[in-house]
This record gives sequence, structure tokens and C-alpha cells, in this order.
Amino acid sequence: MTNPWVVYLLVPMVKIVVILGAITLAAAYLSYFERRLVGFLQIRLGPNRVGWQGVLQPIADALKLFSKEDIIPTRAEKLVYLSGPVLIIVPALVVFSVIPFGPPTNLFGLLPQAIPPYLTDINVSVLFVLGVSSFGIYGIILGGWASNNKFSLMGGLRSAAQLISYEVPMGFAIVAVLLMAGSLSLVSIVEAQRQAHVWYVFPGFVAFFIYFICGVAETNRNPFDLPEAEAELVAGFHTEYSGMKFAFYFLAEYANMVVVSSMATVLFFGGWLRPFPSWGWLGFLDVVPPVVWFLAKVAAFLYCYIWFRGTFPRVRFDQLMALGWKVFLPVSLANLMVIGTLIVLFGGGR
Amino acid sequence: MSTDLHLIQSMPDSEEMEVSFGPQHPATHGVLRVMVRLDGERILDARPIIGYLHRGTEKLFETMYYNGCVPHTDRLDYTTAAANNQAFVGAVEKLMGVTIPPRAAWIRMMLAEMQRLASHIIWLATHALDIGAMSPFFYTFQERETILDLFEEYCGARLTLNAMRVGGQPLDLPEGWTDRLRVFVDQLPDRIAEWERLLTDNRIWKGRTVGVGVISAADAVNWGLTGPPLRGSGVRWDVRKALPYEGYDQVEFDVPIGQNGDTYDRYLVRMEEMRQSLRILRQCLDRQPDGPVMAKVPKVIKPPKGEVYHSVEGPKGELGFYVVSDGSTQPYRLHVRPSSFINLQVLPELVRGHLVADLIAVIGTLDIVLGEIDR
Repeated sequence: MTNPWVVYLLVPMVKIVVILGAITLAAAYLSYFERRLVGFLQIRLGPNRVGWQGVLQPIADALKLFSKEDIIPTRAEKLVYLSGPVLIIVPALVVFSVIPFGPPTNLFGLLPQAIPPYLTDINVSVLFVLGVSSFGIYGIILGGWASNNKFSLMGGLRSAAQLISYEVPMGFAIVAVLLMAGSLSLVSIVEAQRQAHVWYVFPGFVAFFIYFICGVAETNRNPFDLPEAEAELVAGFHTEYSGMKFAFYFLAEYANMVVVSSMATVLFFGGWLRPFPSWGWLGFLDVVPPVVWFLAKVAAFLYCYIWFRGTFPRVRFDQLMALGWKVFLPVSLANLMVIGTLIVLFGGGR
Repeated sequence: MSTDLHLIQSMPDSEEMEVSFGPQHPATHGVLRVMVRLDGERILDARPIIGYLHRGTEKLFETMYYNGCVPHTDRLDYTTAAANNQAFVGAVEKLMGVTIPPRAAWIRMMLAEMQRLASHIIWLATHALDIGAMSPFFYTFQERETILDLFEEYCGARLTLNAMRVGGQPLDLPEGWTDRLRVFVDQLPDRIAEWERLLTDNRIWKGRTVGVGVISAADAVNWGLTGPPLRGSGVRWDVRKALPYEGYDQVEFDVPIGQNGDTYDRYLVRMEEMRQSLRILRQCLDRQPDGPVMAKVPKVIKPPKGEVYHSVEGPKGELGFYVVSDGSTQPYRLHVRPSSFINLQVLPELVRGHLVADLIAVIGTLDIVLGEIDR
């Protein structure tokens, strides 16, 4: 494993293919689970016809979307209109290059040496995730504008305002974790939680709460799904998109849900660590591979997303803004000060 | 129509925006179209444009025998067919001076109260869906299904009932029907409590409804509002109490009113009305008299020359029929006093200065049906 071609080309390429494939499939199947789960919450069946219990539904949907007529509105700004779906799907997928799914592994001895199951670990992963995922807003606002539809435009504007407002408290909530971990690398943050013998959700409960709510708002999900509030704006920014272009918006939304859930897992719930990593008598839990712990935690967050959708009404635009600026921003700042003070007084951070 | 085109074409040059909500829009309940002038998200003005469902029903009535009009009343407000039947046959009976047998009156009351429940259930489902709460839609429609099943068992139809005739009821209740109704009446309070648990104290729900679409009692009266929109503003007016018809003076029930006249109060009023309807239904089940269900009326109804107005408390407000007879077998003129139409006219007042999302909430809270507005 010293051949540079293998180390620098083959292994990363394989990882890219696997991660991209897995994420796309996961996003597609997330839509299936959402429909089944919401169906369960609403005492109905949900899709159960294509394949056993409807498990082939996402594939059927993809085929349908592929074969749909590709409509470009006559008065749309064509170049911008076409770049919208690209601008949103690319950042949503690129983010996964730094998400640490687990510790280095040799796949039960299949590989000659242990390799990390994530693509790369850069020393500013947190900033990378924040920066790249915010980039997706261009897909929404440009797509909404280029459609030349008033409802799309309003959806795009709402989304832009929403994303910017919630980025700020979300950033402060993450800074609280960075203070505790002393690193911007996601892998180091997980390792720091192992060394601190505690998941950061316990000292940083407020930060976690703010982070997750802001995450829901950022991904435009219920109860903050104003940009695509069907009762008001028909389908918001993607009203005029059809076929695969719509599918890209759709996939990006679900991929972003996975990003927010993964980040919540890594930052606050110890990433791939088992529960209470320092308690020796829980050692039997190590039978479960770390990647499974990671995925289980992500799945729990995704379930919350869907659960919200089955429960809450939608907030109004001004209430959403008020919540972000007047509640979450001061609370996250106060939380940051409290955590900073505690670290100065008692140590614990690095 | 020409003025509308003018509105669309003259795009204001400032930040104002004209948006046409509807007639095909997921939240405007049928084919309502609202021309909205927006400043960002704020509504400067909203103008409902109606007529997309106009079928000329009132003119149609003039060509029909009286009993032949009944199925057409079903199609006015297609969610409250029983109330429409009840108002129409009541008007003709008043004109003829016929008193219907007590059993027929009590059956009509039962059907009307069931219809009120069904209508309020649809209102709750769509109103919650408009505000973004998806699940109540499915929970509520289960119960509505039971009501429709009971309707089907009684008269064969689920939506357009055609269940009443001038002079009484065409059929007596089928065997076992009252028992099944009683089971339903006993279980619905739990369901209503369940729905309320999801919404009534929900912060988001309150944030979306409290203080939205406020109308004072005086304004509500001046605009001619009736039904829950009027009572939500604190005016205790209910045709069932004020001008009792059928057996409503013999049953006990309360008329719930709100205080602030906002969307939340109208929501509470309707939820309480559902409980009161159940109370009436329970009394009907306990005390329904025996006897014939049809008065002695000729096969072909031929009211004397004259005119009459009769109204009932429909689920959406006062629903009245004004019948002019020239002594022949068909009405000379028949006018409907539609509750939805008159309640809708206040929409611009309620939404001016609010946000786009509130427009949807207010349309929902007025509980309009375009079939009745356009006729």
C-alpha cells in the first residue's frame, strides 16, 4: 500500500464512488421512510405497492422523474434556470467529503491496512461544512428568480432570509463545541469527546438544542418549511421545475437533512462512539461496529425531522425571523459566554 | 373581467407586486381567486374574484317542481347538503302553512346536526392543513367517514343527500341506525379532545391564529356576518335560538361565543359547536317521538300565491331561502341567502396589513365553499 497511484488515486476514487452512491441512495430512501413514517403517524399506509412493502418506490419515482418531459418556462432566464439544480445538489453532496462516518477500519481484515472510511479529514472541516452548505442557497434563490414566477421568487427570497438568519445562531452554537474540543477538525472533535469521557450534548445541551432547531430551519423543513409552503406559495422556489431538475432539488433537501443530522451526531453525540465511551462495563456494546453507531444516531435525528412534520403547524415568516434573531441569537451568545466562563474557571477545554 | 386584466397588466413600478392567488391554488378551497397587492410579504389589498363556479342555480330553480329543486340545493354548499335541504323545504312549508310531523322534524334536526359536525370536521381538516399541520386532516376525516356512512344508510347518498321533501321526510330511519349513531356520538368527544390536544395549546398554532383576522362585534354585524365568524366576535346570535324551527326550542344547547373576534376564537367557537351538536344529537336520540314522517301534502306541490323567507342556522352561518310563488307548480323566483358569500366579503378588511400566510389562515377561518358563493 505504498504505491502512490493506489494511495492517492484508487482509494479516494473508490471512496468517492461509494460515498456518493450511498448518499444518493440514502436521500432517495429517506423519502420512502418519510412517506411510510408519516403514513404511520397519520393512520394510513403510505407507499406499499412497488416491491415488498414498497421498498422499490424510490427507484420507481426516479424512473418516473427521468422519463418526464423536461419543461423550461418560456420566459425563464434559461442559463440561470438550468444552473439552479446544479448549484443546490453539488454543495449538498460535497459536504459529505469531510463527514467522519467512523474510525479507520480494515473492513474485518479484508484490507491489508486500516483506512479511514471518510474521504478526507481537513483541519477546518467545520468551516468547510458551514461554508459549502451555505452555498446551496444560490441554487434556491437563483432558481426561484430565474423561473420568472412570483410564487417562486417569494419562495426563494424567504429561503435566503431564513438561511442567513439561522446561520448566525447555528454558528454560535457550534463555537460552543469548538471551545470544548479545541479543534475545527470533525475527527478531532469526536476524539476529543472520547478523551473527555462525555458526549458534548451533556455540557452543551443548549447549544445542541439551538443547533438542531436551526438545522431544521436551514433545511427548510416543517415547521419552518416556509419557502415551499404549499398552502401559500404552491411549491415555492421549485414550482416551475419538473423532471430530473425537480429531483435534484428534492435530493438536495434530503441530503441536507442527512448533513445536519450527521453534524449533530459528530458535534454533540460523539460521532461513531458508543454511548458512554468511558464506562468499561458497557464494553459489550463494542460488538456493534462504530459506523453502525454513527448511522443509528443519524437515523434518530432523521426520525425527529419526520416526526416534526407529522406534528407541527407551520410558523409564519415574521415569527420565524423573530425566533432566529430575538431568541436564538441572544441565547446562543449567552450560552457561549457561560461555556467559555466554565472552561476558564474549571479547565476542560483545550 | 376587463378591470382584472388591467390589474394584472399594470405592474406597479415600485416594490409593490400583484399576485393572483387562484383560481387554481392549493389553498383557496375550490376556485376562489384573490388578487393580492403585496409589499414584500405584507398585504396592501386583497380582492376576491368569484364566479368561476357559477351554474345559474337560482334561475334553474324557476324551471323545476318544488321537490325537484331539493337535489339542486344539495349542490350549493356541497359540504352542508342537509342544511340546504332543510332551509329550502322549510321555506316552502312555511309558504304552504304545512306543519310537519314531530318525528320528521326530529329526524331533520339529527341530519342537520350531523351535517354540522361533518362540515366543521372538513373545516378543521383544511384549516389545519393550510396552516401547515398535516396530520389532523387524516384524523378528522376518519370520523367524517362515519357520518357519511350513516347518511348513506339513511338516504343512499353520502354528499348530495336529497334527504328531505316538502311536507316531511321521504323515509323513516332504518333499523339499528340510531344505535350506530349513538356509538358514534359517544366516541366523538374523545376524538375532538384528541384534535384539540394537537392544536389548541400549540404555540405555533396560537402564533398563527391569535390576533389574526380580527373583526369587532360591531363590524361583524355591519358586514352581515353570521355563524361562527359572527359568534367569534362575541355576538350571541344563532338562528336555532333566535327564531327556533323544527324542534330546536325543545332541546337544550349553548351558543358558544368568542371574545376577540380573531381566528383563534373562531376556531374555539367551532370546536365548542361540535360538542353542542353532539349534545343536541344525544337529546334527539333519547327523546325522538314516534309517528308518521310525512304530512298530508299533495303529490305535486302547489303553494299559494305569495312570498316567504325562511332561514336556518347552517354550519357556516345563516342560510336562507326567499321563495316567491305565483301559485303554480314552480317557483316564480327563488333567492338564496348564502352564508359563505356574505362572510367572504369581509376578507379584504381582515387581511389588510397582514402577511401572505395570514391570508391563507383567514380564508380558512371564514370557512367558505365556492359552490354556494357562485351558485
